[in-house]
Amino acid sequence: MCGIVGLHLRSPELYPRLGELLTGMLCEMEDRGADSAGIAVYGNDAWSPAGRGTVSLIDMALPAEEVAAALTADAGEVIETTVVGNVLLASGRLGSEVLLAAVRRVYPGVLVGGFGEDLAVLKGTGSPRTLAESWGLPRAEGWQGVGHTRMATESAVTSAGAHPYAVGPGECLVHNGSFSNHASIRRDLKAAGVLFDSENDTEVGARFVAHKLAGGKAVDEALTDLTRTFDGFYTLLVSNRDSFAVVRDAIACKPAVIAETDDWVAMASEYRALAHLPGVENARIWEPEPEVIYHWNRQEALV
Amino acid sequence: MSTTLDRTVTTYDLASTPLREVNQALHADDVEGTYVIENPRGAHNVAVGLDAPVEVTVRGHLGYFAAGMNQQAEVTIEGNAGQGVAENMMSGSVRVTGNASQSAGATGRGGLLVIDGDAGARCGISMKGIDIVVGGSVGHMSAFMAQRGRLVIRGDAGDALGDSIYEARIYLRGHSASLGSDCVEKEMRAEHLEELAGLLKAAGYEDDDPAAYKRYGSARTLYHFTHENEY
Repeated sequence: MCGIVGLHLRSPELYPRLGELLTGMLCEMEDRGADSAGIAVYGNDAWSPAGRGTVSLIDMALPAEEVAAALTADAGEVIETTVVGNVLLASGRLGSEVLLAAVRRVYPGVLVGGFGEDLAVLKGTGSPRTLAESWGLPRAEGWQGVGHTRMATESAVTSAGAHPYAVGPGECLVHNGSFSNHASIRRDLKAAGVLFDSENDTEVGARFVAHKLAGGKAVDEALTDLTRTFDGFYTLLVSNRDSFAVVRDAIACKPAVIAETDDWVAMASEYRALAHLPGVENARIWEPEPEVIYHWNRQEALV
Repeated sequence: MSTTLDRTVTTYDLASTPLREVNQALHADDVEGTYVIENPRGAHNVAVGLDAPVEVTVRGHLGYFAAGMNQQAEVTIEGNAGQGVAENMMSGSVRVTGNASQSAGATGRGGLLVIDGDAGARCGISMKGIDIVVGGSVGHMSAFMAQRGRLVIRGDAGDALGDSIYEARIYLRGHSASLGSDCVEKEMRAEHLEELAGLLKAAGYEDDDPAAYKRYGSARTLYHFTHENEY
């Protein structure tokens, strides 16, 4: 089945509660899949310090100090590392793509969970509740978070097969459903020079969107292209540093509920994941229409 | 438990009482009276399989298959309902005051389902005798393969309304994005106006003018396969 959750905060007063609220959403969706889980959090200073690029290294077994020293030596900038459960977050005063290139050179085989400014991606195998606790998710703050609970269908239960797929700078995609023509699209993307981490169908969707965004398309345009290219059943949540978007396939059999208040926009596979959000009793609640792209942008309150 | 003038009202709070206990109590052999369920918070399978003339009111939104397989009971959901509300209902009634997700009233064989708000895709899919009245609009492929019963839509319908419909009747006041395969508009004769007026009255919409509705049903060209059947 898989479960998707996402919370886009509008009220800065709620930023300190992002992790707590996201944990509640994620754990409520554990029944939809407990093979693996993942989250992306935007704006948690402890994980992705402001003004720095951050790269998430999944299941990194080496000591944090050793990784920091090796990356510092390669990048020519001081790289700091933070251990969050099974994830090692590396950050430094340089662009995340520059840091990612250093990671690729020093540790060519490592699984990169995501990269960006103000973005930390954590994912692994095991139950969502156990993983959320191991990451200390309830204590995270930030302005936006997404999460995924996986019931594996299209590829193995590994961290590489866990969502989110965060394959473009600052962006991230989670998926409930399955793509039926991902193999042919994967071939086309490979021919265009795109590299893959896993055999997972969702990764093809994420690489497709990242490829479109890198080509200059806006999020809405990239998702419209996706609906015209991909067959199958899907509900997708696509986030960027400043945007939050939801789209479903034409058949729309995979569930999705959106709720919106003045303080937040939230999306989940089922309403019960939203039931604990503050002010949900007065929220506007609806199910997204098939192939309609719902898109919110962050109102930059910060200068 | 509190007592009103002439009957006992039993209240369950799902924040403190496990759903299984609530459903088991509603399945007791001698169950009777009026029940209120509070704090449902989107739970699945609430008030399923009832088979007694009880009244059940749920205060809040529900998840999947609420009031499924209902017989005899009158269930009111004061909020939204997830997919498959009143699935396979046999008799009695279910009312949703908010919106319902997809497959509302699926395969229902009897009774009345009223949705005051909108219903999602495939409302009344494979209905087999249930009556469904939707206060708002319905999503795509509603009444898909509907075999018997009546679907009343006070708003609009999405794509492919009544696709591959058998002998169910659809009454639509608004606009349909498209009609499904073998679904056609049919004449509103006196007996249909009367039937529709009865359904609207039963659902609490007696102010609606039945003449403002159109009737849709099967052209019966798919009953037998021929080389001319399109797909």
